[in-house]
Amino acid sequence: MKTVYLDNNATTRVAPEVIEAMAPFFKELWGNPSSMHYFGGQVARYIDKARQQIAVMLNADPTEIVFTSCGTESDNAAIFGAVEAAGPGVKVITTRVEHPAVLGPCNRLKERGVNVVELAVDSSGQFNLADLRKELAGGPAVVTIMWANNETGVVFPLEDVAKIVKDAGAVLHTDAVQAIGKVPIDAKKTPIDLLSFSGHKLHAPKGIGVLYIRKGTKVKPFLLGGHQENGRRGGTENVPYLVGLGVACELAMKTMKDEVTRVAALRDKLEKGILATCPDTRVNGDRLHRLPNTTNISFQYIEGEAILYHLSDLGICASSGSACTSGSLEPSHVIRAMGVPFTAAHGSTRFSLSRYNTEDEMDYVIQNMLPIVTKLRALSPFVQ
Amino acid sequence: MWDYTEKVLDHFRNPRNVGTIKDPDGVGEVGSLACGDALKLTFKLGKDGRIAEAKFQTFGCASAIASSSALTELIKGMTLEEAGRVTNQDIANYLGGLPEQKMHCSVMGREALEVAINNYKTGDTTKKILEGKVICTCFGVTEEEIERTIRDNNLTTVEQVTNYTKAGGGCGHCKPDIEKIIGRVQESMKKEAKPVAAARKLTGLQKIKLIEETIEREIRPMLKKDSGDVELVDVVGNRVIISFRGHCAQCRVAPVTMKEVVEAKLREFVSVDLVVEEEKA
Repeated sequence: MKTVYLDNNATTRVAPEVIEAMAPFFKELWGNPSSMHYFGGQVARYIDKARQQIAVMLNADPTEIVFTSCGTESDNAAIFGAVEAAGPGVKVITTRVEHPAVLGPCNRLKERGVNVVELAVDSSGQFNLADLRKELAGGPAVVTIMWANNETGVVFPLEDVAKIVKDAGAVLHTDAVQAIGKVPIDAKKTPIDLLSFSGHKLHAPKGIGVLYIRKGTKVKPFLLGGHQENGRRGGTENVPYLVGLGVACELAMKTMKDEVTRVAALRDKLEKGILATCPDTRVNGDRLHRLPNTTNISFQYIEGEAILYHLSDLGICASSGSACTSGSLEPSHVIRAMGVPFTAAHGSTRFSLSRYNTEDEMDYVIQNMLPIVTKLRALSPFVQ
Repeated sequence: MWDYTEKVLDHFRNPRNVGTIKDPDGVGEVGSLACGDALKLTFKLGKDGRIAEAKFQTFGCASAIASSSALTELIKGMTLEEAGRVTNQDIANYLGGLPEQKMHCSVMGREALEVAINNYKTGDTTKKILEGKVICTCFGVTEEEIERTIRDNNLTTVEQVTNYTKAGGGCGHCKPDIEKIIGRVQESMKKEAKPVAAARKLTGLQKIKLIEETIEREIRPMLKKDSGDVELVDVVGNRVIISFRGHCAQCRVAPVTMKEVVEAKLREFVSVDLVVEEEKA
């Protein structure tokens, strides 16, 4: 059976070019870059190259790039590191729809007595910039606001956010895990202090992440150990993976145009096709400010996990914000924060595309969606 | 993905007995759209008083659909008395088991059946009415429901209660209350369990069979860990005569093993009146 992979916000296929670039670092160039012999030391220049590739993508300086193990580590390091460096009395401002990798550290800080404020979002998934300004008026703050939402694809106006936060003299971190490679990010243009992203969302492997730290930003190191990453993150460098990430970033710059044009058109085709064929469906989130690859559709009166299992039987991979898929008993916090009506909350289904998807695949999904929805609605006590 | 059995997936993909029966004898509706799953069960009795037909409609995940389908298959042909004894474990067992976090799907099935039977007997509302004190306000779970589920499934942790009833799965404020209920129910179950073992009346043959089973299941594996073994020689009234084998035969603490392992286990599982003796050579 053919696999139609529409779950790229969960993880992406590793690009063949990336695998090829990584291979020598398992076979021949496996030395430790910190070693005082040529065999190990020669590896260091490949790390420099990867750092350079990533810096180019972000329009940043290579010294501002710190390698980590994943997006979650980057988020933890940024939030804990910035709050610790700021000292007592600092306030943390975030939103209700952040990824658990941000909400987790924020909740821990709350337990430690830090004042953490979560900005509410409206039904489109956007928060009010005036609320942010108001919260910033109260003194020193660390702000952590995602660039794009993983569930709905809703993109926050980070340029505006950065300006407001900078005017208030606060520190700004953004989780750009979903935005990277899909929307242009320019560290010179947007005055962000800290930015997290992960390799496996842009066709590099799992197990490698980046924390961008703007020069001069005060951050206490999170992972303590050796002198690696200029003392900002201990641990022997994951050379094959960071080399792969460097190549993936270079590729992402070339394919960005394709993402915002062709991939967006495929997504629109899929979305329109499903809305046209399946009655009682709705799109969750701000359709005007959204990642080009993501659509989150609610099928009313049916439940997400059941939809996913039927899709899976056809080789189609998607994701859901329903309670049952998470193992928790409530729909996702993002869907709840947006106030999606409960008739639709449990049936939210996310399709997230990549540059490897084709038009035929969209047709295949559109064709099969109505029979699945019809079958499940025939079972539902809420459909007469 | 969940670790669903083939049987769960089969009942999800090909649900049996979907729909509603016209002029049913009993209707049970539980759950809601807000809660994330809901089930409407209808049944009709045959002339022999047994359930001739059962149908369901379910809003929910794969295991909720499978549990509902299994429920309808399970109760067909049962008298109402038999159906009244169906537990959520029966539903889960029918499907070859459910993931722990999905056990609430089987509980929903049992609840719908209970409401439907009650509807037949009393004509009371087909929707589940909340009786007693509501413990979990997020999911509307009562003390009675939590107690019953703890009993039916011998639950010991709050996490289990949440997996089985959803109680505590929202804001989590009721978790201390659930903890107290578990303590109380477990305590009373322990008290109830003892007289049952004592009051059990066994024929001579049943007693010997039960002793053999207990040795095989409970005692032998423990002794084998130390390369020992035990054999049943005879049963005379309440006297159980055994003979140690392997390492146990030469072991100096064998008399302790006899009292604290063999006799204790036989008293626990067969009868409190048993006395164990070693065969005199």
